[in-house]
Order: sequence, then C-alpha cells, then structure tokens
Amino acid sequence: MAKRVGMEVAIAAAEAVALCRIDVAAVYPITPNTHIAEHLAEIVADGKLDAEYITVESEHSSISACCGASGAGARAYTATSSQGLMLMHEILPIVSAMRLPVVMGLANRAVSGPLNIWNDHSDIMPQRDSGWISFFAENGQEAVDMSIQSFRIAEDPEVMLPIVLNIDGFQLTHMIEALELPSQKEVDRYLPPFRPLATLHPDKPVSMGAYAFPDIFTEVMKVKDSVLIDSKKTILKAWDEWGKQFGRWYKPVETYKADGAEVLIMTMGSMGETASIAVDELRAKGVPAGLVKLRLWRPFPFEEFREAIKGAKVLIVCDRAVSFGGPGGPVAAEVKSALYNDAGRPAVLNFLIGLGGRDVTVENFKDILEKGVQAINKKPAGGYIFYGVRE
Amino acid sequence: MSIVQNFDLFAHKLVDKRESFCSGHRACQGCGEVLALRHICKALGDDIVVANATGCMEIISSNYPHTAWEVPWIHVAFENAAAVGSGVEAALKVLRRKGRIPDRDVKTVAVAGDGGTVDIGLQALSGAMERGHNMTFFCLDNEAYMNTGIQRSSATPFGAATTTSPAGKVSMGQKTGKKNVPEIMVAHNVPYVATACPSYPLDLMNKVEKAKRVQGPSYIHVFSMCPTGWRSASSETIKLGRLALETGVFPLYEVENGKYRLTVEMPEKLRPVSDYLKLQGRFRHLTPADIEKVQEKVNQELKKLLHKVETSKSWLE
Ligand SMILES: Cc1ncc(C[n+]2csc(CCOP(=O)(O)OP(=O)(O)O)c2C)c(N)n1
Repeated sequence: MAKRVGMEVAIAAAEAVALCRIDVAAVYPITPNTHIAEHLAEIVADGKLDAEYITVESEHSSISACCGASGAGARAYTATSSQGLMLMHEILPIVSAMRLPVVMGLANRAVSGPLNIWNDHSDIMPQRDSGWISFFAENGQEAVDMSIQSFRIAEDPEVMLPIVLNIDGFQLTHMIEALELPSQKEVDRYLPPFRPLATLHPDKPVSMGAYAFPDIFTEVMKVKDSVLIDSKKTILKAWDEWGKQFGRWYKPVETYKADGAEVLIMTMGSMGETASIAVDELRAKGVPAGLVKLRLWRPFPFEEFREAIKGAKVLIVCDRAVSFGGPGGPVAAEVKSALYNDAGRPAVLNFLIGLGGRDVTVENFKDILEKGVQAINKKPAGGYIFYGVRE
Repeated sequence: MSIVQNFDLFAHKLVDKRESFCSGHRACQGCGEVLALRHICKALGDDIVVANATGCMEIISSNYPHTAWEVPWIHVAFENAAAVGSGVEAALKVLRRKGRIPDRDVKTVAVAGDGGTVDIGLQALSGAMERGHNMTFFCLDNEAYMNTGIQRSSATPFGAATTTSPAGKVSMGQKTGKKNVPEIMVAHNVPYVATACPSYPLDLMNKVEKAKRVQGPSYIHVFSMCPTGWRSASSETIKLGRLALETGVFPLYEVENGKYRLTVEMPEKLRPVSDYLKLQGRFRHLTPADIEKVQEKVNQELKKLLHKVETSKSWLE
C-alpha cells in the first residue's frame, strides 16, 4: 500500500528513485540537488537499496559513468543542477545518440554568471537539442510519480532514450509536501526490470559509440529525431497505465479553467500552482482567464498544445530563462514557431519571470493576466518583457 | 640482455594466437600505438570490457559500421574514459552481485592517448584511481595529440617540435619536460603502476597480466612510437622504442605497492640521446647545444627514477 507522508520533495524524489531499484547512481553534489544526492547515498549506505553509488569527482564524470553503467546493462541514475548540467552538456547528446536510458533528476537552478543558486530554467534550456526526453514536475507528487515513470519510459524498447526530470530547485526540492509514496510492490508492478537489447559483456561483445562518417551521420540524426518524436506514444501509454494503477493522471499539456478563456497564461514547473490561484481570483471577477501548463518539453507536444490553446485570443508565455539578443524566451520562441502557420492563432505575449529565484506572487500573475486582457483584440506588441525589472 | 632475444623461437608458445583487436583497422603504417594495443588485448584475454577515449585508437578502430574490436567496447568522449570505465566497473560488480550476469571476473579496461590521460583526462583518471575501481588504465603515450594533427601535450618531450610547439627562430620547440603521470598514479596509492613499450612485447604482456590480476586500480603507461607525428620512418618504429630504453629516454619499470623496480635492464653505459633524436624529424632543429640540454634532462629524470628504485619500499612491508 502507498504511504501518505509529509516529506521534503528532494528526499521523496530520492526515495522514488530507490523504489525503482536502480543499480548504479553517480551523483555529484550541487545546490539544490544536494538532498537527492545525500539521501540516495544514505539509502545505499543503510543497505536499503543494493546499488553502487559512485562518488564521482565531477558532473562530467557522473554522466560519463552513467553511460558506462547503462551500456553494461545497469539501471543508472544521476541528478544535478545548473553548473553541473552545464558541465555535462558535452555528454548529453552522446547519451541519447547511444540510446542509453539514463534518468536524471534536475533540481533547476540559474546558471552563472553572476553566481546564483536559486531557481529558474536557464540550466535546462541550453540542453534543449540534446535529444533527451524532458519532463517538468509541478509539485512533489509529480516529482515522485515522474521519477518512477521515467525509468519505464526511458527503458521501453521502442524508446531507449535518456530522460531529464525537471524539479524546480528550492521552490520544489526543498518544500515539505504531503504526498503519496507508492509501495515497493506497486512500483515493481508498474516498472519491469531493465532488459537492454545489447550490453557490454564478453559473452556477446558489441561496440558502442562508433565513429560516423558523413555518409551515415545524417541518418543517425534522423533516427534520433524520429525516436524522440515517437516516444510520445510510449509516454502517453505509460501515463495512462499510471493513471489506471495509481489514480493520478498525467498529460503532456495540462489546462486549468482554459475552457472559454480568452487569455491563457502558460507556465512550466512549480509556478503552475501559484498561477492557478491568480486564475481563480480573476475568474471570480468574471475575467475570462485560464492556465496552460506544459509538462512535456521534449518531445514538444504540438497537437496537445494546439488543442489546449484553441479559442484563446491572447497567450501569455512565461519564460524562466533568457535567450539574450534573441526572439524572446526559449519557450515563447518555440510556441510562436509552433503557431506560425495556424490561422486564428492567438497573440503571444512573453514575460521573463522568476529569474534566479525572484519570487513571482499571485498578485504578479494577476497583473500579468490583466496585461493579457488589455491586449485582447490589439495588434500584438511582439518582443519580450523582463517582468518587474528595476531599470 | 634483452628479453626478446630469440623471440621468434618461443613467442608462439607464450602468446595467445587469438586477436581480439583485429586487422582491418585504419592505423598508419608503423603505428606503435596500435601495436601496443594489439599486445595488450592479447594479454588481457576475452573477459574484459574496454572504455576507449576519443583519439587515434578510437578513430581507426570504429568507423561505423565496422569495428576492430572483438571484445565489448565503448567510446563516449575524449576526457572521460576513466569515468566511463568507472560506470562499467560499478555495473559489472552490482549486476554480478544480483545474479544478472554470469558469476565470473570481467576486467574493466580504459584506454586513452596521452592527451586523454595526462591533460584533459587527468581529472577523471585521478577520480577513478582514487575511488579504487577494479580497472586497468592504459595510457598509450605517443607524446602529442596525434589524432588532431600533432599538437603538443604535457607528455611531449623537451625540445620536440609539434604543430603547437613549433621550432622557430626564437623557439626550440616544446619548452617543458614530460609530466610524470606514473608517479602521480603511485601517489594515488595505486597498487600496480608500470611503464611499457611494444618494442619489448613480453615485458609489456607480463605487465598487462599483472595489472589484470590486481583486484583494484592499476595503471600502465605505454610508450607508443608514432612515425607520423615523430617524423620518423615507419620501418624504424621498433628500433625507436629500443633506443628510447637504451638512451634512458624511456626506462621500463614497474611499481608494486610503492616499490620501484626496473623490469628491462638498461645497458651499463647508456647510448647518447642523439642516437635516438637523430632518427626523428621532430628533433631535427635541435642544435648540439640543445641536444646537450635534452641529454641533461634525460640524465636528471633517470637519476630520479634510479633513486626511487634504490630507496623505495613496498608499503605492504
Ligand atoms: C573536449 C574535446 N576537446 C578536444 C577534442 C579534439 N580531440 C580529439 S582527439 C584529440 C587528441 C587526442 O590525443 P591523444 O589523447 O594524445 O591520443 P592520440 O590521438 O595521440 O592517440 C583531440 C584534441 C575532443 N574530441 N574533445
């Protein structure tokens, strides 16, 4: 039976990973992933999980060790944040090209400089094109559930791709939340053992990570792309079965009071809950506001996204990273390009919010939504706004 | 006396005929590095998993869909062979413990060039050795970044011209001496550290077998002659390895639990370094005065080594 607990989210995420009976963990500490790293080490030290915990000397080595471990047939996990992910950057597209189903918990944190340990999404955004499946958790329960779902999806023979689970640093990782921790038996029922197609073992030698000439490289890229796009089918199936087993349902794009909404605000990760309160308050005043939450970042859920925003006149995209000198925040840029060919598309407003841990309150979201209302039926201004910046 | 005398007569009895590193790869003619790799693979046998760094050996052996490897092999990137190997080793250990793979010893082996070892790979190597993985790390030292076109590394010897330490009007080529990575490995308390050279194949293979038997980390630094990068005749590869020993440029030794021992005796009277230098275009620019400086450096390094041979003790004693 599942347990109802009050638990810090990072600790719960580590518990969930342990319930997945990982074989190898290679984690290097960095705030705010530290509690995941430490708690996993404790679980292994207490003999509650039979796994090798590699105390790597860097994140470059943690992701590299995961490659070796996964290649040898082990279920491998790593976790990091910010600079750690930047240090891994070189290896990320290699993991996906090698089809190694490594799972990473990412406690999102701003990237230096200046150094800042607080939450935004500037660490994950530069990894966008690494060929990983990328999920965003909104609360502690999702962090637990999606940690478990990740292994099942990543290791599905149709997928065999690495997954990064974004868990907002501090705002989520360090919150104590009421959540349900599934039992070992329940997880075992949901998550089959890892059965890779080929492993590094002398009984059946294989070469992994061969060198590709121009005559084959394009084909490899195409395969990587197709597999990532097709992984959505497996993701949906895994979420469906999760819902059936646990009664908690997951969708690539979640909506809240979006029906009949003329102004929609779009968030990723932990901000969804705050934004939903703002929507409630505005709705109570008769303002046609609604919320769209993007849970699946890669593969980008184009169909579900279009469906979710249908009928809206203004779409406000909240970005938590800056694309300096570019067309807008990375999420808004994607959204705009996704909508470009659609007749009747909404105007897109882009706010850069919550950078480096700057609080975004219900009042802020209400203010942003009001700005959206003012933009109804006006020619969209374009560009992007650093919300609340002091100049 | 050289250990390889009459090699032809008895080698076939001593050495495994099987090749787990196959022909058909794309290495240059006279490549000392690939020869070392072949000997290493023979001595290691089949029960291994190899983690290979980016570099010549990776590039020449794995152009998709071909592979020269008949043993399990993985390549991820340039600086992380030791880290990838750490993951492989941890996986083999835990999967064996859990009964998911057969219950027998499979050795993890990491292979990198000098760049992938002594420069960009040093951190990962240090981490892996410090953690004590059951892994043998081979540095195939051809004394420069050969794969990218002969740029200097910190293993490039004093005075050698490379494309980033060229000889010029005001430069005599590489300004620094060779970083002593075997010593750094000893400082990590690695129980078995050795130098080797494919010109002395039996010595090399003996060391590989010893390293394989260690239940823990071991490190072998293999002098790997490179006609392309050294600007030498491909027919002189083996000779250059021997001259490196006979001039004291690259002595062959092993360090067991901290105790240094020469494994191939050097001639009582060493040959002058010029005998070694003059066969290689990378030293062509050196003046007699420069050669004198090289000789001094070689003498100095050798003296340091011989001192360790005389005074070091096994830490198990
Ligand atoms: C991070 C990174 N930097 C640089 C390179 C380019 N590079 C590939 S191989 C190589 C040199 C390899 O030299 P070495 O390790 O000495 O091996 P060799 O090719 O001489 O056998 C370099 C610089 C790379 N692949 N990755």
